[in-house]
Amino acid sequence: MPSDLPDDDRVDVPADGLVHGPADDLGEGPADDLDDAWLVVPLYDEATVIGDVLREALGTFPSIVVVDDGSTDGSPAQARATGAHVLQHPVNLGQGAALQTGIAYALAHGARYVVTFDADGQHQVADAADMVRLARAEDLGAVLGSRFLDDRTQAGLVKRVVLRAAVWFTNATTGMRLTDAHNGLRVIRRDAALQIDLRQARMAHASEIIAQIARTGVPWREHPVHVLYTDYSRAKGQSVLNSVNILVDLVFK
Amino acid sequence: MWIKILLIVAVVAVTVGLTRATGGARHQAVRRILLVVFVLAAGVSVLWPPLLTKAANLVGVGRGADLLLYALVIAFLTYISTSYRRMSRMSRDLTTLARELTLLRAQVEEDAGHADLHKSSTPGPQGLPRDTASTTYDSQRD
Repeated sequence: MPSDLPDDDRVDVPADGLVHGPADDLGEGPADDLDDAWLVVPLYDEATVIGDVLREALGTFPSIVVVDDGSTDGSPAQARATGAHVLQHPVNLGQGAALQTGIAYALAHGARYVVTFDADGQHQVADAADMVRLARAEDLGAVLGSRFLDDRTQAGLVKRVVLRAAVWFTNATTGMRLTDAHNGLRVIRRDAALQIDLRQARMAHASEIIAQIARTGVPWREHPVHVLYTDYSRAKGQSVLNSVNILVDLVFK
Repeated sequence: MWIKILLIVAVVAVTVGLTRATGGARHQAVRRILLVVFVLAAGVSVLWPPLLTKAANLVGVGRGADLLLYALVIAFLTYISTSYRRMSRMSRDLTTLARELTLLRAQVEEDAGHADLHKSSTPGPQGLPRDTASTTYDSQRD
């Protein structure tokens, strides 16, 4: 498959230089099997890390759409400089809304797989690539990241308790058997992604997206991922109290 | 006491109303009828206070004023419920609107970029897509 036109925009992008940049792929066509997997990255005020996160990811995934959700810290400029496709919501709408916008964009650009990926650098690009390959190899409609399938991820006690509760709630309401419900790293095949319609603009979309994947009936699997809790992500991460908001959003539609 | 049952039923009804999908014209009609009843009752209670007290006694409340307070509590809860619903509907609409705008803007920018890059090979901007979500991929390729 030849590189699609939007990639041409990257030719004059300032060199990302670190890993091998997308420019390497131009002309001879992508060497990897990840050219039709689109990374969807919701972005909100991550100016300090977004550049590095995207540059690293672009080395593996040539197609990335960043949806800036009304950042006020210059994040979109940082993202644009990497050569990723950057969309901007005119106002802050919430992460769920940003995901939905990015999914719509990726699908409109021919994505065969949509990969949801966090902007703060807590996800590993290698995990995402493994998940796409798994989806392709086993013809799965969705591959969901789970940080509890192995012991790489170091989560605090309170966080673990809250996440377990979220898992329990999601399993009870969707009939799925997950080990991790609020993991932002997911691979969704085109046919399933077309049926995703996130209406929970705020954080409750994490449960909603699982419920909608379950409803499509596509085969799915979990895949162990490493979520890196840095001081940065810890400082930015949602407070445990926010789970109250999530629960209310889910019950009171 | 009757009033306890009535109040609890009303509170439960409001809560259920919150969790259910939004109602249409029928709900609105019911709300308006209730409003008229409420206004009439308010008028009656002002003109003939003993009537209100009598009604209160019927359901096990001592004074008419207390019954009025209970009714107010229920009315307030209903108000919260309906306005919460209206707000979430509005924010949903805003989200849809903003998404369309975002995708449309990206489309326009890409078309403009292509027009510059491939002036000879591609026709000019294609105008506004009919449906942003289904913007055709193929039409953008050479």
